[in-house]
Parts: sequence; C-alpha cells; structure tokens
Amino acid sequence: MHVPDGFIDAPVSVAAGVLAAGAVAVSLRGARRELDERTAPLAGLVAAFIFAVQMLNFPVAAGTSGHLMGGALAAILVGPYTAVLCLSVVLLMQGIFFADGGLTALGVNITVMGVVTVVVAYGLFRLLTGLLPRTRRSATASAFVAALVSVPASAAVFTLLYWIGGTTDIPIGKVFTAMVGVHVLIGIGEAVITALTVGAVLAVRPDLVHGVQGLAAPLKLRVDGELVDAPAATREPEPAAAPARSTRGFWITGLVSAFLLAGFVSFYASANPDGLERVAADQGIDEKVEEHGAADSPLADYGVGDIANARLSGGLAGVIGVSGTVVVGTGIFWAVRRRKEESTEASRDHENV
Amino acid sequence: MGAGHAHKLYRHGHSPVHRLPPHCKLAAVFGFVLVVVSTPREAVWAFGLYAALLAAVAAAARIPVGFLLKRLVIEVPFVAFALLMPFVVPGEQTTLLGVSVSVPGLWGAWNVLAKATLGVAASVLLASTTELRAVLLGLQRLKLPPLLVQIASFMIRYGDVITDEMRRMSIARRSRGFEARGVRQWGVLATSMGALFIRSYERGERVHLAMVSRGYAGTMPVIDEATADRTQWAYAATLPVLALAICLLGWTL
Repeated sequence: MHVPDGFIDAPVSVAAGVLAAGAVAVSLRGARRELDERTAPLAGLVAAFIFAVQMLNFPVAAGTSGHLMGGALAAILVGPYTAVLCLSVVLLMQGIFFADGGLTALGVNITVMGVVTVVVAYGLFRLLTGLLPRTRRSATASAFVAALVSVPASAAVFTLLYWIGGTTDIPIGKVFTAMVGVHVLIGIGEAVITALTVGAVLAVRPDLVHGVQGLAAPLKLRVDGELVDAPAATREPEPAAAPARSTRGFWITGLVSAFLLAGFVSFYASANPDGLERVAADQGIDEKVEEHGAADSPLADYGVGDIANARLSGGLAGVIGVSGTVVVGTGIFWAVRRRKEESTEASRDHENV
Repeated sequence: MGAGHAHKLYRHGHSPVHRLPPHCKLAAVFGFVLVVVSTPREAVWAFGLYAALLAAVAAAARIPVGFLLKRLVIEVPFVAFALLMPFVVPGEQTTLLGVSVSVPGLWGAWNVLAKATLGVAASVLLASTTELRAVLLGLQRLKLPPLLVQIASFMIRYGDVITDEMRRMSIARRSRGFEARGVRQWGVLATSMGALFIRSYERGERVHLAMVSRGYAGTMPVIDEATADRTQWAYAATLPVLALAICLLGWTL
C-alpha cells in the first residue's frame, strides 16, 4: 500500500508530513519514557525485525501469497510509541533506499501505515484486554480483532486523504468501497498471523508483550520436591482496575450503537465495486527459493501483486470505517490515560529511591 | 559478514555526484520530487525535461541506463493501477485503439505514472550514489532527531543479521520437511515469527548492555561530521532549481 509520488497533491502531502512529524515527535518522547536509554538499540532491532517480517511470505492459495504489514503486531509487542518510531524508520528507509513509496508521500505513508494502524490496533487491543478476562487466550483474541480492524481503518484514512487531495476524480464512494473492501480481506490475513504470532510470543516470553502485563505464570520454587510459591515480587498490583470497571458499560453501549448506526446508515451508501481493487497490489509475489541470489536484496520481495477481488456490501464497509474512527478516539484516550498512570508510577518509584 | 559492507543498491564510483555531501543530495532530491509533484499534469513537455535532467544526473554519476531501469521495476504495481484509471473514472469518453476510455482517467493515469516514475528514478539515483552510512549522516545533518537517526542506523546495521536469522529458520524448517503451501501452514510460520521477534528483542538487549559497558549514555559520539561548502550546495541545488524553473514555466504557459 506504499503510496507513490503524484498520487496525492502537494499541499495535502505536506500537511500529512506535518501530521506525521508531530506523531513521531510525540512517539520519540513516549518511547524514551518506555525504554529510556535502551530506545535506540531496542527500537532499531525491532525495526529490523519488522523489515524482515515484511519479507516473509505467507502462501494463501494457488501460488499467491501475501506478507504482513506489521503495524498491529509491533503495537502489541513493543507498545504504541516504539511501534510508531519503528514503522516510521522502516518507511523512511524503504522510501530512500528502495524507492518504495514516494518521498513526498512519506508523510502520507507514515500517517496511514504507521500512525493509524498503531493507534487503532493498540487502542482496540487495550480496550478488549481490559474488557475480557485476563487470560492468554483473550489476549490472543484481542490481538486478532485489533489487527483485523487496524488494516481497513488505515485504508479508510487513506481514502479520506485521497478525498481531500487526490489527483484524480474517482468517485469517493467507489474508492472507499474498493479500498476498505480489499483491506478487510487483507486484514483477515493480517489478523490471523498477528494473533498466532502474539500467541507464540505469549507462550514463551509473556513479559515481552507490551500490551498485556501480568500474564506470566507465577514463579514457583521446588522445595523438598514440592512446588511452593516464590516470595511475591515487589511490584504492586495495578490500581487502574476500579475506574475501568465503571466505564465498561459505557464503552459497550457506545460500541454497539456505533456499529448499529454505521451498518444502518451505510445501506444508503453506494456500493459499486470496481477495478480499483488493485490498490491492494502491495502484496509481494511468491519467491519459491529464498537462497536465490536476488533474494538477498529486500527488493526481491517486491513485485507484481496478485489481484484480490472483493465485493463487499456498503454495510460492512461502513461498520468498519466508523468503528475505526471510534477506535482512534479510544486509542488517544488510552494513550493519555497510560501516560498519567506512568507518571504517577514514575513519581512513586522516585520516592522509593 | 562475508558480503561487502555496502548495500546492494549502492554502486561504487568516484563521480562528482558520488562526491557530493549526502545532506546536499538528500535536500536536492526532496526538492526535486516536491517540484515534480506540484507541476500541472497538462504540461507534458515539462515531465520530458525533468526526465532529461535526471538522465543528465545519471550520466554525470556514470550510472548505466540498464541499472536504473532495472530498479524502476519497483513501480510495477502502481503502473497496473494507473492503467485501470481510464476505465473507472467517469467523464468525457474517447476512443483509443478501439476501446472507449475516459479523458480525465487518461490524464489521471498519466499524472500518476509520470510523477511516480520521476520520483522513483530520483530515489534510485540517490541510493545508488550514496552509501548507507552517508545517508544517515546526511539525515542527521538535516536535523532529523538524533534518536530517530540512531534507530535507523541500528535497523540498517542489524537488518541483514535479522534477515539472515530468518533465512536460517527457513532452512531449518525445510530441512525438517516443512513446506509452506497454504493457509494451514501459517501456524508454523507465525511461530517462527514469534521466535524471531524474541531473538531480535533479546539481541537488542545484549547490544544495549554491550554499549553500556563501553560507556554509552544515551547519545552516540559524533565521529565524523558531514560538511558542505557553498560551491557544493550550489552544485547540488542545480537540479531542484532547474526543475523549479521548468515547473514555473509549466504553470505560466
């Protein structure tokens, strides 16, 4: 989905660039708080991981295959700030070295693929893990939903940018239906892989999954052949449980009404699928043998995409688009709340020291 | 690290373009692409002149045409998209080779094709005449936040390491008889991705500890600074300034 030069006009590109720069600035500050001086090496290695993951092909059927975009995965594994930084760096490097995505469209690309996917996925993930019981399975399920929604949400934001500053007058309803329709399909793949990957990491190193804390099995000591609970760690339980419960009903009502409204209203929206489905052509072609000489180059993975053909009713598209918007707001809310909690925790730590 | 330390897209050389300071080149390419994007699509001749400008830069950098064209393949997905435009955009219809296509659609396709191709060509020229490390230095010089530059440099340094790790995992899978054929194999692939993440993250922790033990305190020491004098800036500015002149002509004519 890397947007090339000339797709979005110059003023909107510049505006998106400013927006992306702002998001990166916020993330720089946030990541430094999350990782302190470990930021550079850790975020760098995670960026390298995302870069590698985008080259791993997942076969779909009949010789076609796709790859992960990684926004939701990064957000859940390393937290929103670090994820935005990693994705921005990956996009910047892809733009400069591999000419993948135009340089003037860098702001659009970072906004759509970095910021929106991360904010939507992380917000939704935190919301769901807050609502569901704290188990590994519900964390995996939340990762599935978060990734599923994040992809069409970014497509919807791209459509918005295209509506404001697109260089060709394609009816915006068509663009929206095609983009969101295709990306719902892509999102399903992304969701399955993200959930499986998060599940795999949770099984081995639950402490490395940023989005859920406290899922690690309690430490046991074997004393005289019997398993005994180890002395409790000094970490205090999270105090955020009480206010979260009080807003739960509000959240559920809000979500349900948003879905109903979107599904109902969009019956009146136009639903004309068309050739634009090719927008999804970012999916890499399959390279069978990875030791092939050209496989060394990350370019090897890029090529003619397979054409996904989707016909999706306007109702579903509307549901996803609007819920994406809801989730953006939720994401901001969660980010702000997290920051508050962190600052109080940080001050408490400071007192202890 | 048996392979060279230069990246695959870099083409070693000693041309005037290679010698330019990286931040001048970066600024020039950004300026050029921005000017190209703001050019009206009706000025078809202007895009021809832009292409001629890039060809002149390629000639000065002694980049063979074949090398450049091979790199342009990255664009193919969007060519496919642009070719669809004449058929989906509503508006005045015309016949081309016996097929009915829309005029605004043709203009739109031309617009995306021309601008995207010029943008890709400019990036390819930049990447093939500038080393990775130099680009990072240039970005730092252009006041990109130092932390972002550090992240980028770690990503580039360890990108090959992580990719190789992924390839070794793939070899290990296949030597045990695994073959990714369809959706049913996704579980195995996702598990290896999870393992790859853990390995990358733990490698990051080790790298950080190694850095701390060598005196790292949050900032990287600046070993060499990219500097440019006025003539070098002027030389680099030739491309965007000429492009800007063409663009202004395109708006007035």
